[in-house]
Amino acid sequence: MSAHICGDYKTSYKEDMVLFQTFFSKFWLIAFLIFLCIIPHFLDNYVLYVCNMIGIAIIGALGLNILTGFTGQISLGHGAFLGIGAYASAYLVMDLGIPFFIAMPCAGLITAMFGMVFGIPSLRLKGLYLAIATLAAQFIIEYLMVHVEPVTNGVLGKMVDFPSIMGFTFDTDLKYFYLIGTVAILATIMSKNIVRTRSGRAFIAIRDQYISAEVMGVNLFKYKLLAFAFSSFLAGIAGSLWAHYVTIITPEHFTIGVSIEYLAMIIIGGMGSIIGSIFGAVFMVLLPEVLRGLSGTLSGEFPMIVNIFAAIKEGVFGLIIIIFLVYEPDGMAHRWQMIKAYWKLWPFSY
Amino acid sequence: MDFFLQLLVSGVVVGSIYALVALGFVLIYKATGVINFAQGEFLMVGAYVCLAMVAQLHIPFWIAFVLTMVVTVVLGLIIERLALRPMIGEPIISIIMLTIGLSSVLKCFVLVIWGPNNRVYPQFFSQVPIHLGPVVISQVYIWSVGFAILFLGLFTLFFRYSSSGIAMRAVADDQQAALSMGISVKKVFAMAWCIAFLVAGVGGVFLGNINVVNVSLGFFGLKVFPAVILGGLDSIPGAIVGGLLIGVLEAMTGGYLDPIIGGGTKEVVPFVVLVIILMVKPYGLFGTPEIEKV
Repeated sequence: MSAHICGDYKTSYKEDMVLFQTFFSKFWLIAFLIFLCIIPHFLDNYVLYVCNMIGIAIIGALGLNILTGFTGQISLGHGAFLGIGAYASAYLVMDLGIPFFIAMPCAGLITAMFGMVFGIPSLRLKGLYLAIATLAAQFIIEYLMVHVEPVTNGVLGKMVDFPSIMGFTFDTDLKYFYLIGTVAILATIMSKNIVRTRSGRAFIAIRDQYISAEVMGVNLFKYKLLAFAFSSFLAGIAGSLWAHYVTIITPEHFTIGVSIEYLAMIIIGGMGSIIGSIFGAVFMVLLPEVLRGLSGTLSGEFPMIVNIFAAIKEGVFGLIIIIFLVYEPDGMAHRWQMIKAYWKLWPFSY
Repeated sequence: MDFFLQLLVSGVVVGSIYALVALGFVLIYKATGVINFAQGEFLMVGAYVCLAMVAQLHIPFWIAFVLTMVVTVVLGLIIERLALRPMIGEPIISIIMLTIGLSSVLKCFVLVIWGPNNRVYPQFFSQVPIHLGPVVISQVYIWSVGFAILFLGLFTLFFRYSSSGIAMRAVADDQQAALSMGISVKKVFAMAWCIAFLVAGVGGVFLGNINVVNVSLGFFGLKVFPAVILGGLDSIPGAIVGGLLIGVLEAMTGGYLDPIIGGGTKEVVPFVVLVIILMVKPYGLFGTPEIEKV
């Protein structure tokens, strides 16, 4: 009995919904997590910094993917929600003296409330109109960040301390890596699970055909708001982690450009896919760093490349979005599936 | 009162350029169902192309102006063919992101070719202001309003009487029916992008003559959203009325509210208006409500 099972032999929904489909997926995941725990000790601070930024981006991208990828509600205001989380956390810790481990979830909840307020128009608005409404939300929140000076300190920026939990201060890149890593893993598990619940199925139903979903008993208002709340909650958490990591926040950090970057992440990674959010976040954070490295090496031969670095970064960013949309509209997650399927049947792929 | 009139005039001038850019925007939406986030970059490219011809190649302004129109039409064709044509039938979010990507690429080209510094058009319009009662208007303002009206009028006539214009309206109304009547939808799509790029480019040339030219001209495209939403996304008269209203509103808040509340109010008030309109009357003043079926 050495027949190799190469198809999906599932006889119940429960079997189909299991998180780890095979023994190997569990094995590799655990191996990967152990690797993640060990590897930071061998990395220098710059690489750790990039890893931390990736972690924060993963949390934010997961949130946006729940909203846009799974529920189909386009949001151009994710950057602003990140900002609300950052400022809320900074205000709670610095001005009110609340400990970080309480302030971070609180910042998430505050952002979730804002997200729900700006999600209300989504009941009447669809597609393009909702995109424009969230664009307006982005600009209005940006304006508030500049002008509500008692909380945000305006354009001067707000200083934030490194977070500390029970007297232990996360003041190096290495220590922060574990903090961000833990939160990112929790966020991934949370997202993965929410997609499997009734809410998650309701989200997908709304995305695919909202009128049919309503007919089948999905409360559109409730689930759209829930999607907005969950998405902004994760954005708030990401913003909070970001604020305490960079230790100075100004409104310029949360512009429309950030929102677009997050949208690009989920499109490049794969919309409606948890692992896609992770791929996209890794890709979008690494891209500028790789470009910077390249321009550093090339600057010896072409000194003018430093001057136009920002322009080239912008252009490559746009070009990659276009190329992905035209040639790989389902994102890297789809490619990943194809690769996995290929190896599953290897070497008899027919 | 004088202050009010002065604000009104500058509001109408900026508003007429909004209307021009909004016209292209509405046109693309009507014909192809695409929301174009790169409209502001089209405007920026128009401003830079004309500036390069006038300042670097020393071509007389009016010839450069006509050449700019030619260049923008060609660019519109290229963009439609390379980027937009493969996207027909894709979900809205993909198309929105594609135009955003497009705007990044255009910005990159402009930055690489012309650099990030502010540039100024050589003096072409006479500096002597014209006095209309208590209001002082500089000549470039009159020219830009005049050209905006000219183009808006021309395109209104084009849509009403020329066969291409009627074909475009047919495609906007019902693609399948238009196809079965022998209208080439591809050609109409290409034409929509050309016209959109053209009118945005013209707007850019005049905006460049009024202000300085730099990359932030691209933000102008985002400010057109309130105008088109106010007028109704698929209505050409709506684009004109919405553009003018938003221009005046912006000038008024800039004049009266900014000194009280602080800078930046001017930029955000149109978006507040936008949210209110979306809540109350999502299809704007003249837009057609969408009727959805399962």
